[in-house]
Amino acid sequence: MRRAALALLLMAMAATPAAAVAKDCPQTTLGDIEDEVMCPVCGTPLGVASEAPQAQRERAYIERLIARCRSKDEVKQALVAEFGDRVLALPGDEGDTSVGDVLVYVVPALGILLAAAGIGIAWVRWRRARRQPGTGGGGLATADGARLEDDMERYDL
Amino acid sequence: MRRLLSPVPIAVLGVLAALVALLAYGLAQNEPDRGVDRALARGERENAPGLSLPQLGGTRTISLSDYRGRVVVLNFWASWCEPCRDESPVLERWHRRMQDRGGVVLGVDMLDVTGDAQDFIAEYKLTYPMLKDKDGHGLETYGVVQYPETFVIDRQGRIAAVQRGPVDERFMRSQVEPLL
Repeated sequence: MRRAALALLLMAMAATPAAAVAKDCPQTTLGDIEDEVMCPVCGTPLGVASEAPQAQRERAYIERLIARCRSKDEVKQALVAEFGDRVLALPGDEGDTSVGDVLVYVVPALGILLAAAGIGIAWVRWRRARRQPGTGGGGLATADGARLEDDMERYDL
Repeated sequence: MRRLLSPVPIAVLGVLAALVALLAYGLAQNEPDRGVDRALARGERENAPGLSLPQLGGTRTISLSDYRGRVVVLNFWASWCEPCRDESPVLERWHRRMQDRGGVVLGVDMLDVTGDAQDFIAEYKLTYPMLKDKDGHGLETYGVVQYPETFVIDRQGRIAAVQRGPVDERFMRSQVEPLL
């Protein structure tokens, strides 16, 4: 009876750390990582390279690391050790944020702003052109023509 | 005509031209370097680009220059590459055959998981030296675009032959044997 109790106690002690680990594990998922890393051979994010054999190997490697309860950062570090910095898909993931890493966010934002400004200007000009009386092809009175010219000058950037 | 010369259309055209130029630049950058193939077609041998990489699964760095004076069969491969499985026994056989005649096969495992590469080496019982190219250095310096690719380097350190794809006995006999 004592032996059985001792065995049960030992089993419980052995199971406790394992249960604690299992509770925190896995710490991340393949889906969470594969959008943030590259398939270096394919030259695309891993999430996009679905069928390529090298991508499948990389995925299997990530899954092995996840099964060993590695965190997302640890998985990325292991990938860098295997494939170098080019495996990281997100700018600034290397740890040392460079000007290029900042520009990669700033330039598209500026592009979007400029495009929006261009569309806005074009829309305003189009609206004004529609509002102008007699612009249907019949020619403009001298005064109207002069005013249109002034407006055009004013909105020409 | 006046409207076409206004700043907005000019800016739009400028942006379009810049995008087209960027696309052309990107395509040109992805074009593999085939200078070696062209030189060989002219009957010339170019100097092999320098290569200095860590040993696969080790810390020692091995350089191509360490083998100067020997014939080097430089083979770029990866464990996931199916044709690499076909050529590995051929390379191992020739490595053993060449060793006493001043020749060596030097494997470069590119962009691969080290554990997978080691399993591959164990499976095919490969004994020739293996380097790990984790950054894809060979992609740029040797213009490697497919797996496997093999460069035969003569005793003077010049590229004497290239095989884009798996090597076989015929290639080794015709391109490597005369250099030994």
